[in-house]
Amino acid sequence: MCVKRVPQVGGRIVITPDGQDVETRMSGFAISPHEECAVEEAVRLTQRLGGTATVLTLGPPAAAEQLRDALAIGAGHGILLETDGREWGPIATAAAITDAVRRKAAAGDSLGYDLLLFGNEAADTGDYQVGVRVAESLGWPCATGIKHLEVDGATVRARREYRGTGETFEFGLPAVISVKEGINLPRYPSLPGRLRAKRAVLEQHQPQWSADGLRKTGLRVPAERRQQATVLGSGPDAVPALVQLLDELGVLR
Amino acid sequence: MTVLCLVELDAGGTVAAASLRGLSLARAHASATTGDPADSAPPPTIPSGPSGPSGQLAAAVFGAVDQLPLGTLGGAGVSDVCAVPPQYLDGYAPRAWARVLAELTARHNATAVVAAATDRGSEVMAWLGAITGKPVAANCLSAQRSGDGMYQLVRQRWAGLLLEDAILESSPALLTAATDADLGEPAAPPPMAEPAVHLHRPGLTEADLAVRATETADEGGGVSLATARVVVGGGRGVGGPDGFAPLEELAGLLGGVVGVSRVVTSQGWRPHTMQVGQTGTKITPELYLACGISGAIQHMAGCGSAKHIVAVNTDPAAPIMSRADYAVIGDLAEIIPALVAALKERG
Repeated sequence: MCVKRVPQVGGRIVITPDGQDVETRMSGFAISPHEECAVEEAVRLTQRLGGTATVLTLGPPAAAEQLRDALAIGAGHGILLETDGREWGPIATAAAITDAVRRKAAAGDSLGYDLLLFGNEAADTGDYQVGVRVAESLGWPCATGIKHLEVDGATVRARREYRGTGETFEFGLPAVISVKEGINLPRYPSLPGRLRAKRAVLEQHQPQWSADGLRKTGLRVPAERRQQATVLGSGPDAVPALVQLLDELGVLR
Repeated sequence: MTVLCLVELDAGGTVAAASLRGLSLARAHASATTGDPADSAPPPTIPSGPSGPSGQLAAAVFGAVDQLPLGTLGGAGVSDVCAVPPQYLDGYAPRAWARVLAELTARHNATAVVAAATDRGSEVMAWLGAITGKPVAANCLSAQRSGDGMYQLVRQRWAGLLLEDAILESSPALLTAATDADLGEPAAPPPMAEPAVHLHRPGLTEADLAVRATETADEGGGVSLATARVVVGGGRGVGGPDGFAPLEELAGLLGGVVGVSRVVTSQGWRPHTMQVGQTGTKITPELYLACGISGAIQHMAGCGSAKHIVAVNTDPAAPIMSRADYAVIGDLAEIIPALVAALKERG
């Protein structure tokens, strides 16, 4: 499964003084939420069906932390595609991941991957396309937005919702699946898991950055349309004012 | 010069609301492109012939020809409708849909291809980007083409919590339009006669059809979170899985539904389908009544488009207070049952 290191944001997002990045000096980092579920799904699949779950990330050397988070909950192997801190676009990212997949298939002593799991979109850029681009260059089928996954022999059955209707996709392995939060509830790492992750040796590569045709010139925080809430009152005493407000808003039936 | 827009239809055959936003972004771009001197110098190579398209805004629609919403499309400024009827391609197959867009892009000599950033729109544009090797700019709010053929874009990051200014250097420009942003009222399109309809028969390979959706039974039923007029939100302050009954009752009285924060679903108190937020459902109700919700940005990314937000919270300094229009300070376990009682008494 492929994961991305993103800043952990709580109450608000602050931009760096040069307007190019999210200020992260005061925040930690985490795996994007959809990808946490991809990791959990991969661990469950290998526990049930055998095999190994490998976690891969493309990012700065510090992104090893996110690989170890995934190793701590049960991934067996970690690959760091190390960058110099520059932001990688979806085309370059997908190319680097495709190379890593081909490298594995070309290694004489082992078979290639059967299933590549992605998060549906990264929390920060929300590009929604790396999984599809990898699938296209490998010639593998791909389904995105998946919230239920079954692997039966060499067949994948993947389900998602679309505007209140269920959609099911079925195709053969090897395949690419992008999952969404809700497919499972990720576990917390155990202490032995953390210790094992700390000692694990990571496979490292330095892929070549390339321009994507889409260039960020700056980031900004959109103007908020609200300031401070008008307080109607405290406790149950405020209920009459609340009822009057609901009436004025036209939501009472 | 033509801009091509993927238009999704609702179950009833009407144009999906998100696609109207996509059309609005496409139209703004198409009209801005017309007056561009760099474009008018060499005559554009638009295919001629009896059915050759000639307009500025072309819509790709998958659906039966006799049921196309031509009035709505014309009203949205569409000059040409390129229809792929079920006998040519039935159902949803993302790579095949992308193949159709690639074919129509070539046929119309389109300078840009736009889709709404829905699950399908995003997925199809990702495939179009993948099969053409071109970048896709996701979640755009605006796109301006300059004389040198570059595009100045504003797009959302962090589900709309940040905006990115970017330059796209690619032809055609592949864009998805943000679905939830407050784009403002789009300028009224010029009066357009009923659009010309062109049937398109795609040339599909087996690989294009390797992934196809099979529709299964409705999962939801009742009022959906995404379209509800009133949403009653419950967060950590609800206290546990058993604390939601008054919220459910209130939602029932208001004809709405209950939505929850990420804490609630990650604790397993309520299923993920009820989550409002960046990784859950984005809601756009008249009223969002946020009970015991602190207002983390992951949550605000999903409810920021509510017309009115009323917060019920014990903490007057919670972040939600700076995003809500109105607030009641206090314990929701006392306030909500009292509100339910008052509404019942009112009849």
